[in-house]
Amino acid sequence: MRDTMGIIYTGESNISLREITLRRSVAALPFGGRYRVIDFTLSNMINSGIINVGLITQNNYHSLMDHLDSGKQWDLDRKSGGLFILPPYVSSDNTGWYRGEIDAYHSNMSYIRRSPQKYVVISGSSMVCNLTYDDAMEFHKDNMADITVIYKQEKNTTKKELSRHTLIRTDEQNRIWDIEVKPATPMSDKISMEMYILDKKLFEYLIEECVARGQYDLNKDIFIKNKEKLRILGYPYNGYLAKIDSIHSYFKHNMELFDLDNHYELFHHAGPVYTKVKDEVPAKYGDNSIVENSLVADGCIVEGSIENCVLFRGVKVAKGAVVKNSIIMQETEIQEKAVLENVILDKEVIIRKGKQLIGQESYPVVIRKSAII
Amino acid sequence: MVTKKCVAMLLAGGQGSRLGVLTKNTAKPAVPFGGKYRIIDFPLSNCTNSGIDTIGVLTQYKPLKLNSYIGIGQPWDLDRLNGGVSILPPYMKQSAGEWYSGTANAIYQNIEFIDTYKPEYVLILSGDQIYKMDYSEMLEFHEEKKADVTIAILEVPWEDASRFGIMNTDDENQIYEFVEKPKKPISNKASMGIYIFKWKKLRKYLIEDQNTSTSTNDFGKDIIPKMLKDGEHMFAFPFKGYWRDVGTIQSLWEANMDLLEEAPELDLYDHGWRIYSRNPVEPPHFIALGANVRRCIITEGGIIYGDVYHSVLFSGVTIGRGSKIHNSILMPNVKVGENTVIENAIIAENTVIGDNCYIGYKARTEEDNKQDVKESEITVIGENLVLPSGFKLDKGIMIDADNFRAYQAVV
Repeated sequence: MRDTMGIIYTGESNISLREITLRRSVAALPFGGRYRVIDFTLSNMINSGIINVGLITQNNYHSLMDHLDSGKQWDLDRKSGGLFILPPYVSSDNTGWYRGEIDAYHSNMSYIRRSPQKYVVISGSSMVCNLTYDDAMEFHKDNMADITVIYKQEKNTTKKELSRHTLIRTDEQNRIWDIEVKPATPMSDKISMEMYILDKKLFEYLIEECVARGQYDLNKDIFIKNKEKLRILGYPYNGYLAKIDSIHSYFKHNMELFDLDNHYELFHHAGPVYTKVKDEVPAKYGDNSIVENSLVADGCIVEGSIENCVLFRGVKVAKGAVVKNSIIMQETEIQEKAVLENVILDKEVIIRKGKQLIGQESYPVVIRKSAII
Repeated sequence: MVTKKCVAMLLAGGQGSRLGVLTKNTAKPAVPFGGKYRIIDFPLSNCTNSGIDTIGVLTQYKPLKLNSYIGIGQPWDLDRLNGGVSILPPYMKQSAGEWYSGTANAIYQNIEFIDTYKPEYVLILSGDQIYKMDYSEMLEFHEEKKADVTIAILEVPWEDASRFGIMNTDDENQIYEFVEKPKKPISNKASMGIYIFKWKKLRKYLIEDQNTSTSTNDFGKDIIPKMLKDGEHMFAFPFKGYWRDVGTIQSLWEANMDLLEEAPELDLYDHGWRIYSRNPVEPPHFIALGANVRRCIITEGGIIYGDVYHSVLFSGVTIGRGSKIHNSILMPNVKVGENTVIENAIIAENTVIGDNCYIGYKARTEEDNKQDVKESEITVIGENLVLPSGFKLDKGIMIDADNFRAYQAVV
């Protein structure tokens, strides 16, 4: 797919992610023990053979830039193409604060125009999955689509759960005839994965058209308005999908990784997931450690007991500490005899000797970065 | 060309025949160590951490894995505009090609490489040792003493001294006596095989040595004794800390087991002196419900259903339900089925072991456990083997793809 460029928009709202996105965007959120959410989106593009990727930033993007660096870890330090990080900027016709996703694309139009590729894959950054775009691209070309929207049908999901998403309705020919954005009463169970394939020229045209009319919402102003005029098709994805948009979904999807089917689908299915290498030592277990149903990254030292936990790199669990159903981010230290249940500890937190923190599965306790308790 | 003060030459061509099946298809420096490393990560990381950024790696024996592992040196931050890491295999000359016939000869054949950087000093390293060392301190010592050669030394137990190059030094650490592998050691100051030479001096001796037909072209046997005889300025740099030559099955096994101590002498957690390696692209390891992991190190990509005790597991190792792994080293991507027992074993890369196997059979009695594990008790299985379910292998046996069927029949 060398004739395709990728654009990733990372300006999603992160209000429902509470403390863990105070200082980072959703894209930079640690996920699955050693990754950031963005690693999945980027790896999907790399594994599809896309070598020109533009990444649009908006909220708190320092953590994201630190993570991405030159793009080397994703093999995106290329002479032709590679990774372009596109932060907001101020100029005579640009305030630096995007009025919507369309405004963000418009602000980076010179990069988009200059890119030599014929097609463009647009992706948000809050959908965690492992796929390549090859099949969808073939489908897009074979069916003469103007726009292809990748979706996942979730048959066994509650209406409440569905109403978090943008939903599409398709006919037998996969043509999208209705789109609803976070509807109160969902009429469909097909979730738009916020990944679109279209001709770059068409994309440029649609963006210019919208901006000229002061319209900035991708779903409402492009997809819904053009659903009759353009051939907008849906392409189904059947693998594991996690949308990270709230503490609840963040917690739930991390815990789902203990199921080896999900584990395989997310970490190996279409290709490997690349991330920043930290050169940590392998994880080490002590004489009395009790470990069950947990994901443990390198650099951890576990002497206590953990169950249903995701331990990011460099976490220490001291003797006698008991940790259950929890997500513990990088370099956090849990001292002797501490008891934790249903908690999310951000990076570099210290839980002192004997302290207890018990949250609920439906509402985990969240501790911000570098807190000492 | 930017001139470099000190160029490192890493001797990585040895066959390492004492490691048996582990080096059958791999050069010794590429042998996996410590859960995620290969032996060569240690000298390479030491160089980077010591500020030495120009390294020639001399390869000869089965270099494929080693070459692809080193690549352009990016994991060690050695992908540099000037210098970086260069792989130096033997090459054809106008009249004929010539293998590296000894450690000194390998450097001799690469005089041109070193000359391009116009270094003042050359650091000679081996590719079969596990240690952390700041070469810049040794270099400082070398400059301070205005030495022609500085040899890093370690005080070893007297009973081991006859395996090393042994020297005597005066109060100023000047060397006045040197014997390679003496039957009756005169001291316990052992050469670690790490030298810093003044390049001009070494260059002269290399050429001389090459023209001496009786020479074996070896640093320990020829160059160092000759320099001592000529009265050159030679000093010993005392090293303190963890250092292991992992050239045998026993020493490789022990050095791995050393990492399982509560506070290992070799501190790998020091962020100021990281040991870099080429990281596999794998998710965190997963310990399943019902698994038991104690006193062990496990790295990314592993999936563990069974019991693992006092062992080192490399990336991508899977252990089936009911299996028991004890006192063993499982190298990258080893797959173990269900209800299999593995004791005191080293299993090389990509080997698959079926269900209900027993590796290291009749391993150790209660009485044996009071003593250290001996080389004759360590079972070694070569790479890329598939052992069928029910396979039993006695302790102390070494097998690979060529001979494993014979053992299956015996048991």
